[in-house]
Amino acid sequence: MITTVQIVRVRSLFATVMLTGIFSLLGAGWMMTLDAPDVAFTEAAVGAGIATVLMLSTLALTTRRSKTPTGNKLLPLLVVGVTGALLVWATLDMPHLGDPSAPVHQHVAPRYLAQKEIHGHAAQAETGVPNVVTAVLGSYRGYDTLGETTVIFTAAIGVMLVLGGRRRRDDASSKRKGKAKGKAA
Amino acid sequence: MSPVRRQHVILRVVAKLLIPYILLFALYVQFHGDYGPGGGFQAGVIFGAAFVLYGLIFGLERAKAAAPPRIIEILVSLGVLLFAGVGVASMFKGGNFLDYGVLEHDPLAGQHLGILVIELGVGITVTAAMITLYFYFAGRGRA
Repeated sequence: MITTVQIVRVRSLFATVMLTGIFSLLGAGWMMTLDAPDVAFTEAAVGAGIATVLMLSTLALTTRRSKTPTGNKLLPLLVVGVTGALLVWATLDMPHLGDPSAPVHQHVAPRYLAQKEIHGHAAQAETGVPNVVTAVLGSYRGYDTLGETTVIFTAAIGVMLVLGGRRRRDDASSKRKGKAKGKAA
Repeated sequence: MSPVRRQHVILRVVAKLLIPYILLFALYVQFHGDYGPGGGFQAGVIFGAAFVLYGLIFGLERAKAAAPPRIIEILVSLGVLLFAGVGVASMFKGGNFLDYGVLEHDPLAGQHLGILVIELGVGITVTAAMITLYFYFAGRGRA
């Protein structure tokens, strides 16, 4: 909470990046207390580690201080306030943590976790993998995971094209000469 | 190596000590994902983070020497290809797309093998993607 307030208040972008990193690490801690080590792992490595480094290298290319905002300050505050209130209102509808009658525990989860005699649970009996998270992600939801991997692949390709296109564009423009004059500049 | 970097003796020594263990831990997360928390994505990020740390401490040039961008670019697509390839392989074996049960005689072993391979594919793509992102962001200012 203190971290969040500081992120909004601090004008130095360097401090902001550091604080978002701390926020991610705290988030990883929360995930850990919710017994979700897989998510905590990801949050700690991506949010606190890689994202911070990427933000810092972006900072190195731009400036270290954000500009003081100009213009009407009430409208953004209103939008943020209303969105936040909506989100809080939506959480009121959510079941309590660990509520056995929650929709998550009613859908397919009981089938994956059903106790089997030989193997621990159904997911293990069907996939041979004791970690249910891995079994669900890898096997039952293989399509989803393939899609996610493709998203990461696409992201990498996108960054390559946007940030790394300079060399090839020069080559291409020298070949096509007049055509790509504007682009090369 | 720039003279500024030369000063950070502590950082360099600690990084040198840590990086092998980070890589080892990533491999553990990758191949122990069946039994404990973790899996391809997490392992890939940790593996990539080791390279990013190396690049931060020792400079982009040496990181590029350790992980040649050409190979990394190939690896980005290789992971997805491996994942999709498992799906196609299971189709050739007479099952549905990504139905690993048919990969081996025993459906259980097939499932296990399939999950292991696709997690490896995820890991390769994520590692390579993270390293690529870092290379392109960090190398932006100097070209």
